[in-house]
Amino acid sequence: MLRTILVMFGLFVCTHIFAEGGSQAENGSSLSALTTQLPKAKLSKMAPLVDQIAATKTPSTRPLLQYLLDGELYYVRGSNMIVRAVVNQQKQYELTDVLGGTELAPVTKKQIKKIRTNNRLRGQIRSLLAKLDLTDEDPDNRIAALKQLIDKPNDSALDLIQSLIEQEKDSDVQALMQVLLDVQQLKNGDTAQKVAAVASLGESLEPAVKNALVQQLELIDKNSQEPEHVALRSAIQDALDSIESKREFYGVVENIFFGLSLGSVLLLAAIGLAITFGVMGVINMAHGEMIMLGAYTTYVVQLIFPHLIEYSLFIAIPLAFLVSGSVGIIIERCVIRFLKGRPLETLLATFGISLILQQLVRTIFSPLNRQVASPEWMSGSLQINPVFSLTYNRLYIIIFSLMVFFALLMILKKSSLGLHVRAVSQNRDMARALSIKSDWVDAITFGLGSGIAGIAGVVLSQLTNVGPNLGQAYIIDSFLVVVFGGVGNLWGTLVAAMSLGSINKFLEPITGSVLANIIVLVGLVLFIQKRPKGLFPQKGRSAD
Amino acid sequence: MKLKKFIAASSIIASSMVAQFAIAADTIKVGVLHSLSGTMAISETTLKDTVLMMIEEQNKAGGLLGKKLEPVVVDPASNWPLFAEKTRELLAKEKVDVIFGCWTSVSRKSVLPVIEELNGLLFYPVQYEGEESSKNVFYTGAAPNQQAIPAVDYLMNDIGATRWVLAGTDYVYPRTTNKILEAYLKAKGVKDEDIMINYTPFGHSDWQGIVSDIKKFGSAGKKTAVVSTINGDANIPFYKELGNQGISAEDIPVVAFSVGEEELSGFDTKPLVGHLAAWNYFQSVESDENDEFIAAWKKFIKDDKRVTNDPMEATYIGFKMWAKAVEKVGTTDVDAVEQAMIGVAVPNLTGGTAVMNANHHLSKPVLIGEIQEDGQFEVVWETPDTVIGDAWSDFLPSSKNLISDWTPPVSCGNFDVKTAKCSGQNF
Repeated sequence: MLRTILVMFGLFVCTHIFAEGGSQAENGSSLSALTTQLPKAKLSKMAPLVDQIAATKTPSTRPLLQYLLDGELYYVRGSNMIVRAVVNQQKQYELTDVLGGTELAPVTKKQIKKIRTNNRLRGQIRSLLAKLDLTDEDPDNRIAALKQLIDKPNDSALDLIQSLIEQEKDSDVQALMQVLLDVQQLKNGDTAQKVAAVASLGESLEPAVKNALVQQLELIDKNSQEPEHVALRSAIQDALDSIESKREFYGVVENIFFGLSLGSVLLLAAIGLAITFGVMGVINMAHGEMIMLGAYTTYVVQLIFPHLIEYSLFIAIPLAFLVSGSVGIIIERCVIRFLKGRPLETLLATFGISLILQQLVRTIFSPLNRQVASPEWMSGSLQINPVFSLTYNRLYIIIFSLMVFFALLMILKKSSLGLHVRAVSQNRDMARALSIKSDWVDAITFGLGSGIAGIAGVVLSQLTNVGPNLGQAYIIDSFLVVVFGGVGNLWGTLVAAMSLGSINKFLEPITGSVLANIIVLVGLVLFIQKRPKGLFPQKGRSAD
Repeated sequence: MKLKKFIAASSIIASSMVAQFAIAADTIKVGVLHSLSGTMAISETTLKDTVLMMIEEQNKAGGLLGKKLEPVVVDPASNWPLFAEKTRELLAKEKVDVIFGCWTSVSRKSVLPVIEELNGLLFYPVQYEGEESSKNVFYTGAAPNQQAIPAVDYLMNDIGATRWVLAGTDYVYPRTTNKILEAYLKAKGVKDEDIMINYTPFGHSDWQGIVSDIKKFGSAGKKTAVVSTINGDANIPFYKELGNQGISAEDIPVVAFSVGEEELSGFDTKPLVGHLAAWNYFQSVESDENDEFIAAWKKFIKDDKRVTNDPMEATYIGFKMWAKAVEKVGTTDVDAVEQAMIGVAVPNLTGGTAVMNANHHLSKPVLIGEIQEDGQFEVVWETPDTVIGDAWSDFLPSSKNLISDWTPPVSCGNFDVKTAKCSGQNF
């Protein structure tokens, strides 16, 4: 035992000397010496190498590790020079010499080779970077570094935090540092310190806090009646109870958010159908394919403007509206208008059209799914607290679907087109007698409904696969929503979409998603039996 | 006038039939039973092209037994009962000598009674749940012990995972695989509360709730890993949601059994980097055979961007083995070829050799790869040796005592070693 301690001490001193002893200039040269080993190092040999690189602590160390983490670190074939390579729009790689900082002429992929990393190495680099980042200028980076350390604390980092906490100016960072130290005190302190730590930790929602508390609770002898132990036990128990109730509360809030977000997707998919089926009464089985066309429009936009990925959705939304809308108008003019008042034939004809459109897409774009990239601002999440975060893409989609809904409502309620649409759907003959061109109104209405389906496609391209079968996945849901909400009632569609989404998400944790779908479907069938006209039936003369 | 036309027409038909018969007489017919339309077309079309490429190569090299190979391609359209009908058409009407086909387990189960009744020969090239061994089927994809079990071993020993999420699509392959894995994990001392099992429908796209559950499950202070048998289309939204909720591969690694190069070519791979997949083949493995195969494939399909994947290698191995067995016995007779198949060895594309065992399953190496940004895999672990495919899992109580051996004296796909009886219930 003594011997191990001695050996460990010796090692400690050695590494200490290695880390501190070298002068700045030597460190710089040793960094370049270490990096030259990178191209030839095997993945299994990389870990000690990365440790040594981190220990050099020169200005180039941090960017070097960051590039390695991000997969941007390459070496030039032949010369083995270590460079950072970023691909540009011409598919060429722009190189920067990592150590010298000079920019080099762009090269093709064949001339450079990536320095590979794996999960374990990336984890290691992350915690090494976290330690370097504790003194970073940006408070967000410091928070990220602390979060990284809270799960895998190491002594040197804790000492560093101890020395930094007094000078820390940002209150959030300071609080998180305190949590880290308290957790450590809870784990290693004596009983009095532990009680103090529990009190100081209070109701922090960090998962690490809960785990540490649970761990400590298990360590206390259950039958011990010593007042110190009893006090600690009840303090921990209270803290755990309050954390648990908070977690439950946020769990419910999270579920509501999930429900609304599923609801908003359903709303977007169904709202176009609420126009074509709800207002015009056309059973449009090709509605799903209008959604699909919108999604493919996004793909084509990204294909044509590869450097505008960040803005691609804004370009795609109006384009998808136009593409799907004009296809809708063509379908209305060429097929549906000849089948007026024959729902069965309309159903079959539009089903046929949906198959044709699917096969068309298969022939043009291949049956394989197409890759649609998400813009940077659509990824990631808004962290509200450690147990509750909102993903940005869902957040934007909820907002966007409500915007589309209210815009459509305005069009139907306030514009002259809306007036004509409502007039034709309520009493076609009377509307014609008042010189409304009912044919024209039909075509525009169908185009509007299809166009909105196209917009839904743009949104769905961010959530799911863009392939020929995209539309089929949403057609049934869309019909369900419209029928449940009450045919011809936009508000009904909104309420139906949101409630179906919420019910589904609240059932899912209890029953699993397969059963949840079935329960919702059975419930819907029963509901329609009871109220065949849905949640908000049309009343009065417009009911027919 | 009319009569004349009729005679002319019928004589043309007759002569063309004779011509066809004449061709049929000196070719060996190879049936290709892969969906070219419907939901499975996305995966199966590639395998159809692979078989066609193999046939073309074989014909260039002089065919088999001095005859040319003739492909007979049918489209079962992702429709499971249609698979059975098309098999009957291939065997009874087209009289094919061998069939390469099927992807999903349901389609294979639907083909089995027909292929046994008409004594055909099927090569099945996809990883599957095991618990089956038919005399008329050769399984060139991985059995659970050639994919799932080694992957779990890797996570347990190398990554140090102690808490497990088994997530899958709700059908036979994930359910059986997860049942085997659950039994295996429990045998390794994993407690009930450290295993979370979740099933979702085909094409599931709303993963927020489940991913949030996984996140909570993984925040209990123990290393957590996800074993995913999620199928096809549902994967993209799943990985996207993982990325958006901030779960990285370093926190909670996901090892998938259905995500390969082909699936990744439709992905935005950013959120996937570092996650894992277990297969018997990766395109990135460097070997002469593999380089040759990739080059041939790109040339055949006339697209430089197309990738190769594990089921393609399984098709390749199956085809080569069949050709070898046919040459060995000098006939395409099913019974003779079936016996000759056992023991045939063919080079793997990843180096080493694949051997067909008496239970109609292959011996193959198992590789674990990490997903890279370019949609390829970096091999991080492999079994030291090839693994023999096990038709009946040792970890399920119902099949613990069962073995399959199609060589005499056993000649049985479902032989109980305890009672020394053959139940004849092969699937």
